[in-house]
Amino acid sequence: MLPTAFYSRQLDLCESMDWTRWSGYYAPQSYQLHHENEYHSIRTAAGLIDISPLFKITITGPDSLTLLNRIVVRDLSKLKENRVAYVVWCDPDGFVLGDGVVMRQDADTYFFMCHDPTFGWLQKHATHLNVSIRDETELLAGLSLQGPHSAKILSHAGVKNLSGLKYFGAIHTNINGTPTWISRSGFTGDLGYELWFPSNQALNVWDTLMESGSEYALRAAGLKALDVCRIEAGLLQHGVDFQNASHALVRSQKSTPYDLGLGWMVHLDRDPFVGQAGLRNLQNSRYTMVGLDIDWIQTRDLYESKGLPPALPVEAWSMSVPLYRDHARQHQVGYATSGTWSPILKRYIALATIETSYASDSVRIELAVEHARQCVDARIVEPRFYDPPHKRAPVG
Amino acid sequence: MNTSWDVVIIGGGHNGLVCAAYLARAGRKVLVLERREVLGGAAVSEEIFPGFTFSVASYVISLFRPRIIRELELAKYGYQVIPMDCAFQPLHNHHGLARWSDAVRTYSEISRYSRLDAENYHDFKRTLTRFGRIAAQIINRPAPTGFRPRDLHTLTGLLQSVRGLEQHELQQLVRLLTLSAADFLDEWFESEIVKAPLCASGIIGTFQGVRSPGTAYVLLHHYMGEIDGAFRSWGFARGGTGSVSLACAKAAQAHGAVIRTNAEVTSVRVRNNRATGIVLADGEEISARRIVSNLDPRRTLTGLVDPAHLPEDAADALARFKYRGSSGKVNLALNGLPDFTCRPGVGDHLRGDIAIAPSVDYLERAFDEAKYGAFSSYPFINAVIPSLTDPSVAPPGKHVMSCFVQYAPYELADGPEAWSSQREAFGRAVLDTLEEFAPGLRDHVEHMQILTPLDLERDFGLTEGNIFHGELSLNQLLFQRPAWGLAGYRTPIRNLWMCGSGTHPGGGVMGASGELAAKALLRERI
Repeated sequence: MLPTAFYSRQLDLCESMDWTRWSGYYAPQSYQLHHENEYHSIRTAAGLIDISPLFKITITGPDSLTLLNRIVVRDLSKLKENRVAYVVWCDPDGFVLGDGVVMRQDADTYFFMCHDPTFGWLQKHATHLNVSIRDETELLAGLSLQGPHSAKILSHAGVKNLSGLKYFGAIHTNINGTPTWISRSGFTGDLGYELWFPSNQALNVWDTLMESGSEYALRAAGLKALDVCRIEAGLLQHGVDFQNASHALVRSQKSTPYDLGLGWMVHLDRDPFVGQAGLRNLQNSRYTMVGLDIDWIQTRDLYESKGLPPALPVEAWSMSVPLYRDHARQHQVGYATSGTWSPILKRYIALATIETSYASDSVRIELAVEHARQCVDARIVEPRFYDPPHKRAPVG
Repeated sequence: MNTSWDVVIIGGGHNGLVCAAYLARAGRKVLVLERREVLGGAAVSEEIFPGFTFSVASYVISLFRPRIIRELELAKYGYQVIPMDCAFQPLHNHHGLARWSDAVRTYSEISRYSRLDAENYHDFKRTLTRFGRIAAQIINRPAPTGFRPRDLHTLTGLLQSVRGLEQHELQQLVRLLTLSAADFLDEWFESEIVKAPLCASGIIGTFQGVRSPGTAYVLLHHYMGEIDGAFRSWGFARGGTGSVSLACAKAAQAHGAVIRTNAEVTSVRVRNNRATGIVLADGEEISARRIVSNLDPRRTLTGLVDPAHLPEDAADALARFKYRGSSGKVNLALNGLPDFTCRPGVGDHLRGDIAIAPSVDYLERAFDEAKYGAFSSYPFINAVIPSLTDPSVAPPGKHVMSCFVQYAPYELADGPEAWSSQREAFGRAVLDTLEEFAPGLRDHVEHMQILTPLDLERDFGLTEGNIFHGELSLNQLLFQRPAWGLAGYRTPIRNLWMCGSGTHPGGGVMGASGELAAKALLRERI
């Protein structure tokens, strides 16, 4: 296990001593005993999240677009310079291997971030192409600054031209002298930015942001707070809501982009790409990804029936929970993969994979209260539970 | 002017707006008329000084009904409450006492003063949480209006809610309903330091002392809040308390309700003991099938209509309904944070609720002065600094500090008008008291807004400055809120209804009065 470039700062702040491992790095689950203040900072002020453990790859050369378009299901030829795009890529059968973000830094340079090691996969498909692929995972550090005040904090830290930076746009700038790529993106569904810069200058960026954020109630936030936010935003978590097909042992553990509600991203009618043929046959997906709005009154009554006040898990959960068509639990129609109480929406929400034919219905979800498993109704909704206007709105 | 309103609501406080939203959602044509240019009544955010937005009056949220949030989808319209993690009680020496939402952390804080109390604290919280659940069931439902056969259903509901309590819990419940806060807490704790801030919860908004019988039950208010799917205590509304009202207003508008500000209603038109419409200050008349008043019972039934319309017993009961405001508010715009001697520096202890309540005697002494018509020289102060959590309410690096101050009796020895000449002295007493615990605070004050009970009455229409539209004491609850024969949101004047905090279940930014009034109205099939 390795420390990230921010470890020394995190160690000072991490009262909870609650660390987890993320791609071989130490990552704070929460800095305080509970993640709640960190969650509310992200939703009300701003939170600073270390995202350095993501795999970071730079692809340069005249054929870099060709390579990426050969890998990902999305046609990136329309991706302009200084823009980022969310992408998934598949195995030859059309099952998802991973998801990530591509940033076009100039005409022939793309920066690629993902959860699983992908360098080898890219390399394998780059034969005969005029590209250079560099794994910069250790050379670069990353921070995600998320929350309604994140733009003000960056401005205060001296970043210019933020007003020109649109949602999913990117700029190259510097923070207190450290060259930094900033994209207006994130994993929270809020206004937010992701920043990439050399690891050996990482503490300069952390300290500068914390200093300028001190006037805007900025807090360092851990992964537990982030997890609640990303479920509210309806964003899928690799390894939780879907699995890397190359890790799967059986078909049911694999997902197509269509299963994940990402069919909009698949551009089939273009030059060949990995999985294209498979995807053509998979378009009529048996499953789809939905949001669940779990009936709160029934949930509360379940607790009441045991003489208890309602007490949901305080953290987001990530496990497979069966969904049924009927209360008798005879007919399973899908499974929820992660869920949380949403403090901002006052709803108990979950992300789920469900048979397409039931996707406009309501389902029964299994909950365990006082050692007994029972079902409550859950309404099927768009998974984007929280989508505030300031996420995309111009910043001034 | 449009004369086909189903309902006109007088007053755009949070209850009026909740009521409007429910009625509009049910397809009724609703018009809300607010005297001021801002909505929210006492649940209002205002930029009093440039860059500083204050929750001018009501400043923390706990009891707002989660059902309303869900049914009206208030989150979509900007409702967001951030729970407070800490209740901090500075003392002259030692470390002060900070109670955290983490039980173990609180245990170690309390055990500095009493290990016994530290252990009992958990049991105390558990017991009150159990009682709080009963209280929550009561505030979620309409109250019985008396002991008549038609009340049987709601009365049974009341009794049902205590079902399931053990015998010893019932005994404790009876003690809670009859004892003073200080006496009740004596049965649980030995340390004055631990008891004091808990006691203080028993007197908020009432003209009683911590040793006055009947104050213990108010402690429950701190254990029946529900934030985020769990019974919890208090939180700040993002953007100030006014954002709660604005969320309700937006929900109402989304369903087609019309809201007019700067529209002061001066009277309700009554013909043949039937309300037919309202008259605005500029003489404009608006007719409606139902009139709902968000004003307190006195303003509604003796201000907007001629009290001669009331039956005599109702008028008598109404006259007995006690307001007697006992608190004021001091809002500070700061260019630095208070630095408490007992716990220096900026820490999470500043991000929650800060109570100046060093001992039970201190609180009782504060009441002693008030009994004879003076504000407390050393008052109980409940302060919060929401800008530490929500930077949108103050300029960068600056802060707003909101201080609820008790006692500030409406009836000064020289009458309420004397407040005009005592306002500055009152503000000074508050700053002097804070300075005792956080020296140097005064140097950080850029602006100060002082609200005496007289100001609360004039600015917010709170009769005698009572923050709850009438004391929330046991004798003024349920079928006695506001009075025998007047409970149930109807008034003796046909088609005139009430939906403010002066009706069941009362004040505290719950929205329940507005919701229950709307639902009662809808049952009338208007």
